[in-house]
Amino acid sequence: MTVEQAVFLFTSALILFSGFMMVTRRNLVHAALYLIVALFGVAVIFVLLEAGFLAVVQVLVYIGAIAILMIFAVMLTRGDISKEQEPVNADFGWALMLAALFCFGLIILIGQWPAVNSQAPALSAETDTVFELGSALVSPDAYVIPFEVASVLLLAALIGALVVARPHKKSK
Amino acid sequence: MSFINDPITFLAEWITQFLGGFLPEAWVTFIVTLLGVIITASFGLVFVIFLIWLERKIAARFQDRLGPNRAGPFGLLQTFADIVKLITKEDVIPEKADKLTFNIAPILSVVAVLLIWAVVPFAPGWIGTDLNVGVLYIAAVGSFGILSILMAGWSSNNKYALLGAFRAVAQLISYEVPMLVTLMVPVLLARSMGMMTMVESQDLWFIFLAPISAIIFLVSSIAEVGRTPFDLIEAESEIVAGYHTEYTGMKFGLFFAAEFLHAFTIGVLFAIFFLGGWRGPGAEQFRLLGVVYLMLKGLLGYFVVMWVRSTLPRIRIDHMLAFNWKFLTPLSLALLVMTAILDKVFGDTALRFPVLLAGNGSVLLVTWLALRWTSRRHTKERRVFKKRPVAKPA
Repeated sequence: MTVEQAVFLFTSALILFSGFMMVTRRNLVHAALYLIVALFGVAVIFVLLEAGFLAVVQVLVYIGAIAILMIFAVMLTRGDISKEQEPVNADFGWALMLAALFCFGLIILIGQWPAVNSQAPALSAETDTVFELGSALVSPDAYVIPFEVASVLLLAALIGALVVARPHKKSK
Repeated sequence: MSFINDPITFLAEWITQFLGGFLPEAWVTFIVTLLGVIITASFGLVFVIFLIWLERKIAARFQDRLGPNRAGPFGLLQTFADIVKLITKEDVIPEKADKLTFNIAPILSVVAVLLIWAVVPFAPGWIGTDLNVGVLYIAAVGSFGILSILMAGWSSNNKYALLGAFRAVAQLISYEVPMLVTLMVPVLLARSMGMMTMVESQDLWFIFLAPISAIIFLVSSIAEVGRTPFDLIEAESEIVAGYHTEYTGMKFGLFFAAEFLHAFTIGVLFAIFFLGGWRGPGAEQFRLLGVVYLMLKGLLGYFVVMWVRSTLPRIRIDHMLAFNWKFLTPLSLALLVMTAILDKVFGDTALRFPVLLAGNGSVLLVTWLALRWTSRRHTKERRVFKKRPVAKPA
C-alpha cells in the first residue's frame, strides 16, 4: 500500500463517518460542523487527484458558506437551537426509498460510463492546470456558454435579492 | 551551493544525505518535510513573542507612555512573564459549554493563521510549497479563521460571545469581498496565482502600478483581523469581549497570539503582493538577506496597522458595513476592470507604468467627485436650526 492509498482510505473513512454523524446529530450546529469535516475531506480527495484549484475552491466556497449557513440556522430555526430535536419525521420511509433509488441509479449510470475503467493519460509536468482551466472557461469551443450563463444567473439572483430586500416607497 | 549563500538548502541536503545512509527514501522525504513544517510554524509562533512586545512598546509611544520596561532590558522579557502567567491560570470551561467545540476553536484560530505561512516565499527557493493557486489558498484558509470565531462564540453558551461571533462573521465575510477582488489586481499584473512568480515578476513593485489597490488590500485586511478601528467583534464597551468572553488562561492566549500573528502576516502579505517580497540588492546571492528584506517590509506594513490601531477610534457597525459595500467593493471592482483592460493593452510596453498610474489617478478622481456629489446631497438633507443668540463678551 502506498502513502497515497493510505491517505485516500483514511480520508474516505473520515468523509463517510462525518457524513453519517451529520445526518444523525440532533443538534443543528453539530450537524453543520460535521458537514464541514466531510466537505474538507472532499477537498483532501481533490488534492490527491492533483486538482489543487478545485480543492482550494472547495474550502473557500463551502467552509465560508457554512459559516453563513450556521448563522441562518441559529437565526431562523424556531426556539433554542441547542435544543435536541428529533432528526427524522413521518416521511422517513419515503426519503429512504428515494435515496436508495437515486443511489442505485447513480451506480448503474457511472458503471456504464466508459471513463470509469480507462485510465486518464498523465499530464506532463509542465502543464499549468489553472491556466488550462482558465482558457477552457473562456474559450468558444469549450465552456464559454455555460460559464456566461452561470454568471448571468448569479447576477440575476443578486439583483433579485436586492429587489426583494429593498424598502418599498409606497408603504411610507 | 555553499552554506553562506543558502544555509537552509545546505542543511536540508546534509540531513538528507545523513539520513539516506540508513533509512529508505520515503522516510527521509517525510522527515525532511516534517522538519521544514516545524521550522516554518515555530518561526511564526516564536516571532509573535517578539511582536507582542514590539506592538506594546510602539502603541505606548503613540500614547505618550513608556510601555513594558521592568522585565529584562527594555521590557523584552515581559511577554515571557505573560506567557507563564497565562499558563498557570486556572482553565475554566463553562458548565453548559459545548466542550469539544469550545476546546478546538482556539487551536483552529492559530492554525488558520499558521497555514498562510506555508505559501510565504521567504527567499529565492525558500517556500513551504509553491502552489500554483497560492493567492486563492490564502483566501481559503482565511475561512477557517471565521469558522473558529463562530465555533468559539457559539460553544461558549454566552449571549455576548454569540453576538460577537455574529458580528465577526458579518464583518469578515463582507470584507472578504473587496479583499479578494483587490487580490485579483496583483494576480493580473503577475499573470500567475503562484506566490513565487508573484515576487519574481515584480521588477517594478506593484504598489507603483496599483497604489489604490494596495491601500484597499491593507484596509480590508485590517478588517479581516478585526483590529481597531474594526474591532466591533470584541468591542468591550458593548459586548464584554466578544467571542472569547468565556476563555481563560492559555486558550485566551491562543486567540491573542493568533490575532497578533495575523496582523503581522497581513503585513508580510502586503510586502509580497505590493512591495516586491524578498527582492532587494544581493537577495539572489545571499538568500538569508531575502528573508531580512521580507521581514523588514512586513514590519513596515505591520507598523501601518499598528499606527492605524493606536490612532483611530472604533467605527459604528452600520458605518462598517456601508464603508465596505458602498465604497470599498465598487471601488475595487472599478480598479479591477481598469487594470485588466489597461494591462492587456499596454502590459508589455514601456507605457505600462505611466498608463496604469494614470488609470489609478482617474479612478481616484472619479471617486472623489462621486463622494463630493453625494456629500453635497446629504448636506442638503441635513436639518438647519434657527440661529440662536450667542452670549457675547461685554
